[in-house]
Amino acid sequence: MSIKYLGNASEGNFPLIKIPYFLERVPAGWPSPADDYVERPIDLNEHLIKNPAATHFVRVSGDSMVNAYIGDGAILIVDKSIEARHKSIVIADIDGSYTCKRLLTKPRICLASENNKYGKIFIKEDEKLEIYGVVIAAINIY
Amino acid sequence: MTYALVDCNSFYASCERVFRPDLKNKPIVVLSNNDGCVVALSKEAKNIGVKMCEPWFKIKNSFTNKGGVAFSSNYELYADISSRVMQTLEYSAPKIEIYSIDEAFLDLSGIDQCTNLERFGYECQEKVKQWTGMPVRVGIGPTKTLAKAASYGAKKYIGTGGVVDLSEKRRQRKLLSIMPIEEIWGVGSRLKKHLNKMGITTALELADTDTKLIRRRFSIVLERTIMELRGHPCISLKEHPATKKEIVVSRTFSRKVTTLESINEAVSDYAARASEKLRRENQYCRVVSVFARTNPFRLQDQQYSNILSCKLNLPTNDTRDILHATKMLSRRVYKKGYNFIKAGVMLSDFYDKGVYQSDFFIPDSKRPKSEKLMRMIDKINANGKNKITFAAQGIRKPWSMQRHFQSPKYTTNWDELLTVK
Repeated sequence: MSIKYLGNASEGNFPLIKIPYFLERVPAGWPSPADDYVERPIDLNEHLIKNPAATHFVRVSGDSMVNAYIGDGAILIVDKSIEARHKSIVIADIDGSYTCKRLLTKPRICLASENNKYGKIFIKEDEKLEIYGVVIAAINIY
Repeated sequence: MTYALVDCNSFYASCERVFRPDLKNKPIVVLSNNDGCVVALSKEAKNIGVKMCEPWFKIKNSFTNKGGVAFSSNYELYADISSRVMQTLEYSAPKIEIYSIDEAFLDLSGIDQCTNLERFGYECQEKVKQWTGMPVRVGIGPTKTLAKAASYGAKKYIGTGGVVDLSEKRRQRKLLSIMPIEEIWGVGSRLKKHLNKMGITTALELADTDTKLIRRRFSIVLERTIMELRGHPCISLKEHPATKKEIVVSRTFSRKVTTLESINEAVSDYAARASEKLRRENQYCRVVSVFARTNPFRLQDQQYSNILSCKLNLPTNDTRDILHATKMLSRRVYKKGYNFIKAGVMLSDFYDKGVYQSDFFIPDSKRPKSEKLMRMIDKINANGKNKITFAAQGIRKPWSMQRHFQSPKYTTNWDELLTVK
């Protein structure tokens, strides 16, 4: 029988395949005792928004609500699914534009500013007051 | 079974009203891309004679003189309001099928045992209006086709208050007897012609036609429609949308485009957008097509239209692979001397990840970091601002669409929030 030398098998004609010896890492020593206590970081959305489908952000312009801690440029979180009550801070339609005011239902229905410079807007008996949503929080950035 | 169809009234126009109380009762139209023609209109606009698809330049003066307000389409806003409406409906019913951007079917089986269905309809309408500001109508019936018919009744007859319950046989027949066949779900204008020839003009006449005859002359699909009109459910609720079979991104240019560079740039831009959509579907595509055409309404121009496709070696969702293919295709689709008005990219022949035959001669891991890179690009661009793009997509994009009357993106952009005093 005669043989013919073709070349060395390990000389790069075949790709090298790495086979891992251990399929899983074996932990050595004690596991961290804190592992069971890992929690998600605090999420502001979770704290502030109860009903995402009905929640909008709205920006304030002006100082008519400063006594309610709503400054010029504040971002309001407005939930449309909440029913407005006496003393709710609301976004209401006044003459075709949305305005932020405090709703008072007693003794007469009116929309009040939180700044002595501005007066109250009384709603007449036959007038329809349209409320866009209830303000549930204000974000003032300093 | 009991189904409800919840359908938004003049959806696009109503979206524009959510943040604009001054537009109440005003005629509103929404215009197509590049502000070309009317694609949606409010009831008030319809009442002063505006029609769907009318070119904006024709009605512009008379419409604005009558106090009408026009908007460019604001798809970011419409998509957000739509998802809010659907979320609200999910609170109301155990199962829902999102049928289109402004319609959903609800499965009310079981609910009819606890409450009056008509009352449920009004409560649902009230809740959607309160939570999202969107006016809707509700059609209720024992089949999806009858729920659709009920919704037609609610639209047609103001006295219903936007809610119609067709649970009772007597009411079903009454409405179907005054409903033209082309208003039936699944009956189009082509079928209408054929059915009219047979003397069938109302929905009730169709419901009373022999199903065997219909199956022989038309199809099993129309037979199913008849069964549904008679109150036997044949079409069930689809809770999970079917995976897409193809993705098309195409736009009309704001001005005529004549050079290969511009066509290339536009096609690359659409290809990047299409790849992004493909990745959102978790799919890989194997066939890439590019099309372009001239403006058929410019009769003085030489006309040309073409589509070319290519099959890739391996399915991909890497923007770079797709750009490579579209670049090669657009060079072949393009012809010198023509005024192009529209171009587009289509991706098709989809595969799930890893579910395809790999090529013996082409290593699969040609781009080992592809997945990571694409995920990072999508993450950076997730806010819609497209902070990183491929150079091929161009920077100035003079061909891109123009939307002169667009309302703010009230719900998707911090800089465009509604301002209150």
